[in-house]
Amino acid sequence: MNSKLLLNVTGSLLLARMRQSIVAAAGVTFGIAMFITMQSFMTGLNKLLDGLVINRTPHIRLYNEVKPNDHQPVNESQKYKGSYNFIRSLKASNVRLSIYNSGYIMEAIKKDDRVAGVTPRITARAFFNNGVVDINGVINGIDADQESSLFHFTDYIVGGKVADLNNISNSIILGKALAETMLVSIDDVIQVITADGNRYPLKVVGFFQSGIRDIDKVQSFATIATTQKILGRPGNYITDIEIKLKNMDAAPAMAREYKKRYHTDAEDIQTANAQYETGSNVRLVISYSVAFTLLLVAGFGIYNILNMMIYEKMDSIAILKATGFSGNDVKNIFIAISVSIGIAGGLPGLLFGYLLATGINQIPFQTEALPTLKTYPVNHNPVFYIVGILFALLTTYLAGLFPARKAGRVDPVDIIRGK
Amino acid sequence: MSTPILEARRISKYFYDPVKIKILKDISISIDKGEFVSVIGKSGCGKSTLLYILSTMDTDFEGDLLIDGVSMTMKKEAQLAAVRNKKIGFVFQFHYLLHEYTVLGNVMLPALKLNKYSKEEIESRAIEKLKILGIAHLANKRSNRISGGEKQRVAIARALINDPHIIMCDEPTGNLDKTNSALVFDIFMQLTKEFNQTLLVVTHDNNFAAATDRIIEMEDGCIIRQ
Ligand SMILES: Nc1ncnc2c1ncn2[C@@H]1O[C@H](COP(=O)(O)OP(=O)(O)O)[C@@H](O)[C@H]1O
Ligand SMILES: [Mg+2]
Repeated sequence: MNSKLLLNVTGSLLLARMRQSIVAAAGVTFGIAMFITMQSFMTGLNKLLDGLVINRTPHIRLYNEVKPNDHQPVNESQKYKGSYNFIRSLKASNVRLSIYNSGYIMEAIKKDDRVAGVTPRITARAFFNNGVVDINGVINGIDADQESSLFHFTDYIVGGKVADLNNISNSIILGKALAETMLVSIDDVIQVITADGNRYPLKVVGFFQSGIRDIDKVQSFATIATTQKILGRPGNYITDIEIKLKNMDAAPAMAREYKKRYHTDAEDIQTANAQYETGSNVRLVISYSVAFTLLLVAGFGIYNILNMMIYEKMDSIAILKATGFSGNDVKNIFIAISVSIGIAGGLPGLLFGYLLATGINQIPFQTEALPTLKTYPVNHNPVFYIVGILFALLTTYLAGLFPARKAGRVDPVDIIRGK
Repeated sequence: MSTPILEARRISKYFYDPVKIKILKDISISIDKGEFVSVIGKSGCGKSTLLYILSTMDTDFEGDLLIDGVSMTMKKEAQLAAVRNKKIGFVFQFHYLLHEYTVLGNVMLPALKLNKYSKEEIESRAIEKLKILGIAHLANKRSNRISGGEKQRVAIARALINDPHIIMCDEPTGNLDKTNSALVFDIFMQLTKEFNQTLLVVTHDNNFAAATDRIIEMEDGCIIRQ
């Protein structure tokens, strides 16, 4: 059957059942709009939360872990070689936290094609003192420029300037929550006490807020040089090498490779942040299942309407078949009716979804924990719109298929004899 | 002698509900071009059943059916639909017009399906047919806004649109009053006389039948006179 005639008959049957067709299309519109909205909002949240952790977490971190030596003497002994040795009360040995030959390693890694950037870091435990209380915390010695370009460090500075870290000697950026507990403001001088008991005055030049309070309560940042000075260590003392990759998915394999090559410990981002990935997936699953449920309901609506239409239009089906339309032609007509409802409902659904998502994006959403955020996050991804319309077509096609097949099998003799 | 337009060879038909009954018994008929044939018989003797078989809509029978010398028994559903579209016109007791369409739209539909002429040609041909039936002035009316007699004439125009080899009618005047019945009968007469149209009409109106070229009389699933 030529498509013009198909559309002609389809259109006239749709017009005959205008009101029900509109109701059915509205069901699809609602389903698709919700799908687009949920997807935009959920992936917006995912992106934000990924941003919270993943953007500022190195893809691979090289460090030396404090742990017992893998090579215990009893295992080396010839006498006990064949036996299974239990060692009690094993203590961690005197590990060197500093990475041996760090300058050379960083140069070598920088030359690796798969690597987007490398930056050194020193992490050291310390006490902060302002007045009488000592507060437990961590000093991170960083290369502020590298840290900003690789891990968006500047995004999380809520007071002061990152540049002052380099410009003003003996300066420190404190976590916002930490600064609040200590009641210090910018330009105040605080005392830092290292694990070895050395006391050192540092000037506060900025505040840092990651959005995760547990981090903001303990972290602080100083330059590599300042940190080395506080700790009384030489200029090659580096405890961590942070690596950002071009492709994050390669992290676990490359971490293993580096661990072996440079004799350090290596942690990849997937291992470090497994729980965030789970959260992202759960949100995606939720938005898909909501859309699926809504479209299922819309699909049943269409199924009902088509069944009703076929029942009412039995005479028309009979005469179409008598005058030369095949069962397949009739089936195609009813599938076309269903899919037309899908298109007529789906396209406005995309529009409403976009408008709703844009609306959500306008709602103010400010929280202590997320300084960079002003409104609810929304991710307008064209893929959602393609998936959305395909969803609409697929559901309406499936919903129409069974009634349409029934219509195609109607025996005109039964109908005409019954009159 | 030319091949008959329609030929039934020893057709038998059974119904299985509630018990197996032989409704048609070894029916053989042959209809030539231009014949105006009527089928009469008591109600329930199997006239309609025979017509549905001859029209290819009912395929569940024994025997052979030839249209234009071609056997229909091995054809698939879609092929039979194409045969009906091209070669057979239908008029039933009920008009079966599609209310969504105008009178003209209803008449055009089988021709659009045949897809032999352009839309404009089909439209002018449809108007021609409506003129023959004297209802050209109704062309653009919605088909549910006209009288019963007019509806039946639209149905006849629809049956004519593809210039079928044969028009099959099942009690075409059954729902009509005297005047409209006479009108329909006159139209059939005109079609055979002027256009040499072949017609096969099932009826229980003996006056109607008496005026046709040939009467086939049925009783209990058998032909007793033809
Ligand atoms: N689907 C069916 N199942 C069983 N018997 C049927 C069926 N359709 C018709 N019949 C029977 O077949 C016989 C012939 O019916 P029909 O051809 O309609 O008669 P007519 O048109 O001559 O009045 C009737 O007795 C009728 O009851
Ligand atoms: Mg009958």
